[in-house]
Amino acid sequence: MTTAQPAETPSRPADWPLWEVFVRSRRGLSHTHAGSLHAPDAEMALRNARDLYTRRSEGVSIWVVPSAQVTASSPDEKDAFFEPSGDKPYRHPTFYEIPDGVQHL
Amino acid sequence: MTTIAPDETALEAVFDATVAADERIEPRDWMPDAYRASLVRQIAQHAHSEIIGMQPEANWITRAPSLRRKAILMAKVQDEAGHGLYLYSAAETLGAGRDELLDMLHSGRQKYSSIFNYPTLTWADAGAIGWLVDGAAITNQVPLCRCSYGPYARAMVRVCKEESFHQRQGYELLLTLSRGTEAQRAMAQDAVDRWWWPSLMMFGPPDDESAHSAQSMAWKIKRHSNDELRQRFVDICVPQAEALGLTLPDPDLAWNDERGHWDFGPIDWAEFREVLKGNGPCNEERISRRRQAHEDGAWVREAAAAHAAKQGEATR
Repeated sequence: MTTAQPAETPSRPADWPLWEVFVRSRRGLSHTHAGSLHAPDAEMALRNARDLYTRRSEGVSIWVVPSAQVTASSPDEKDAFFEPSGDKPYRHPTFYEIPDGVQHL
Repeated sequence: MTTIAPDETALEAVFDATVAADERIEPRDWMPDAYRASLVRQIAQHAHSEIIGMQPEANWITRAPSLRRKAILMAKVQDEAGHGLYLYSAAETLGAGRDELLDMLHSGRQKYSSIFNYPTLTWADAGAIGWLVDGAAITNQVPLCRCSYGPYARAMVRVCKEESFHQRQGYELLLTLSRGTEAQRAMAQDAVDRWWWPSLMMFGPPDDESAHSAQSMAWKIKRHSNDELRQRFVDICVPQAEALGLTLPDPDLAWNDERGHWDFGPIDWAEFREVLKGNGPCNEERISRRRQAHEDGAWVREAAAAHAAKQGEATR
């Protein structure tokens, strides 16, 4: 556990870095965002995440990621940003018309 | 990345359209200041209620009548702490600081649910809280799973799943007492007598006196009115009380065929306002206990921070 340490760890918990928690509920599934929590370091973040998000065996694996390390697309430009896929319905199988009775297609 | 600030009317139109389409508002979306402030107020009050709500039941952990009951009660109180944390996280996505929220609670500038200002006098109260108080909370919270603010709605989904164990263990506890000795049955009845009316008050003032209701409904933070949810709760509880073999302390309780609902007697709103003002049986005790717990935990927070700083230096 040598993930990013904040430069200084303040003693007030509210100033502790925020961590995003991802939980894999069982083998074969990907990790899914569960929520976030404050912790002074990665190890404490993992332990707290276990207590907070897996009290009922909801997970077999947890990732914690410093929230500050997440780069997100801007909500203001969502239309422009995702526009390139908007006019390409031919990427979907339902775009194509196939005669009745043709199977396995 | 945006350089030109789109004018507020356009942003508001997008916000209104999102809410109207029953889609969720997410943390980085533009939202009206009043929407943000209203959510912070509600989510903080909800979070505070969860952690203050640990106290009345924790009062009985050491005196639980069996190891089974003790383990259940500890798990429940631990859940309440977890619920508080989900909710504080949701409030933080709106820009509220964790310390700031705790300060507001400790100084009485933000409130928590009045129900927790009543004392837990007997073991049966642990059952009555689970059945009635958590039952009322679930009735309130299920519609919040569809609240227009995404992080709050998601926190509620998690909370509701966990609350159902809380309610069932309380019901089972009362059922066991009700089927026990005459003294045990009387203890269960007494607890129900004391918790019934305060539980009905948990839904808040009647619709025509509720300060925030109309706006919250328009924003789809709230989906049903206080009186609607209260009626739903009464209708659910009557047959459950019957199955318990206990009575609800309301002589006016009667089935109304025309309405298709149970009629119930008037609620003592003067008592509600007094408790809200800070004059309930336990207001002072709950807050001073909370402050004390926070101060007592200071060394743990400091130690964790010192350890993190030291490890950080070692790996750098």
